[in-house]
Amino acid sequence: MKPLTAFLDGFGSTWLLLVRVVSQSGSLPRQFHRFIDQCYLIGYTTMPIVAILSFFIGSVLALQAGYSMQNFGTQEFIGSLVGLSMARELGPVMVAILLAGRVGSAITAELASMKVYQEIDALETMNISPARILVMPRLAATLVMMPVLTIIGDLVGWFGGAIVADLTEIISIEPEAYFAVLRRYTHFSDVLNGLIKAELFGFAVVLVCCNIGLNTRGGPREIGAAVTRAVVVSLILILVLDYFVTQVLMLVSS
Amino acid sequence: MTCSQIAEKRNQLTPATTPKTTAVHVSVEHLSKNFGATAVLKDVTFSVAPGEIFVLMGPSGSGKSVLLKHMVGLELPTAGRVALDGHDAAAATTRERVRMALVFQSGALFNSLSVYDNLALYPREHRLVNEAGIREKVMRTLQILSLENAVDKFPSELSGGMKKRVAIARALVMEPSLMLYDEPTSELDPVMAATISEIIATLREEYHVTTVIVSHDRELALGIADRVGILMGGTLAMLGPAMALRSPQDPRVADFMNPKINLQHPRFKQLET
Repeated sequence: MKPLTAFLDGFGSTWLLLVRVVSQSGSLPRQFHRFIDQCYLIGYTTMPIVAILSFFIGSVLALQAGYSMQNFGTQEFIGSLVGLSMARELGPVMVAILLAGRVGSAITAELASMKVYQEIDALETMNISPARILVMPRLAATLVMMPVLTIIGDLVGWFGGAIVADLTEIISIEPEAYFAVLRRYTHFSDVLNGLIKAELFGFAVVLVCCNIGLNTRGGPREIGAAVTRAVVVSLILILVLDYFVTQVLMLVSS
Repeated sequence: MTCSQIAEKRNQLTPATTPKTTAVHVSVEHLSKNFGATAVLKDVTFSVAPGEIFVLMGPSGSGKSVLLKHMVGLELPTAGRVALDGHDAAAATTRERVRMALVFQSGALFNSLSVYDNLALYPREHRLVNEAGIREKVMRTLQILSLENAVDKFPSELSGGMKKRVAIARALVMEPSLMLYDEPTSELDPVMAATISEIIATLREEYHVTTVIVSHDRELALGIADRVGILMGGTLAMLGPAMALRSPQDPRVADFMNPKINLQHPRFKQLET
């Protein structure tokens, strides 16, 4: 019974937080400096790890596919496989997972610490909404930075695949041929699909991580537990959302 | 810093720039609060007159801080209510009608902000004045509390006494009608505790705010309180003028105010049996 009530509590408070943020979204221009700070933290500092991870995901994808496809003599289509996989699925999902692990955990730790050490209570007594100054700038920055990170991830992943396809002896696909196939089979709508997913995943992850942080009670031990819970919930949420959003996007595009 | 030094600093300020507030009437009406099966507050009723300094004392865990949180709407009552000038403290709109400030026991300063930004946050977010006005207001408040040298420091760089003073300064910038202090002199040496007491009393004179203090500090209660309430087991065991603390009638209150160290029959041994 307790896990069910905890789940319902979390679900309800997350929606309530979203309503509070949306109702105060008119004051976003006044939070511009906080928005820029969050763009730096969410976007700029996450960019190197997104690039490294995407490079190797693209590389492994080309390597695995290359070995299987060369048995059928279809390795020239590696470009399309890497292109579509990165754009539609792996790019947004990997960026969202990185966001949960790197940014989401940090957000929960910061807000949970502020809650435990009564900084959130202090804000409320000052009639300053935590949703307005702490959550809204983070969500806005996520919405702006997620497409940027995803596009970087896609491009670097495609590039990683091209290098592996060129340098691996049994595949040996020239970059020109690789990118020609990639361009032929990967359309703008595929990239757009990925960007929509990335926006939804990023928004959900940051909202959930903020909510868990703001509802932390107890001491330092609970801060650690809140961070773990935030990351686990975010990862589950990304994969569950991924399935349903993919279904919806497929329906829409067909 | 003594009372006379604070007064001297106050006199150096331009009278026209000194904010005036309207003190608020606090009415605690049959307030009860349960956490699960545990009753923390049981039908507590008292009121605090505008401009009064009221000190709420009591053993640890008696519900003092919980009561204080009800006054600022951070806790919702199980029964009864706290009214601030007739407005329910639990209502979201009350914070817009009644300007109140709570000085937390830990200070609750924003650790990621400098002392200046901690003080500037409230006027900035509520757009009370422009940046030049905020600077003047913040510096004047820091000057009153002799904190000019701490303006660019971060909370982690401050001593316990300085943190308390910065927390008071941050509350003061809000120009509140109701000042609430949660254990303002705890964890401080006796001289700093006396200084904080002097500051609280002087601020009441300066700003004519209603002041509610939760404290264990007998000296603070006797030194600056108009009235004192003693909370024991969730109910008011005593309510009266501060002087009544010198000769309390209730034996529990007498034992709380003047505990004797008894090595023959230690209290913790009595609790065990």
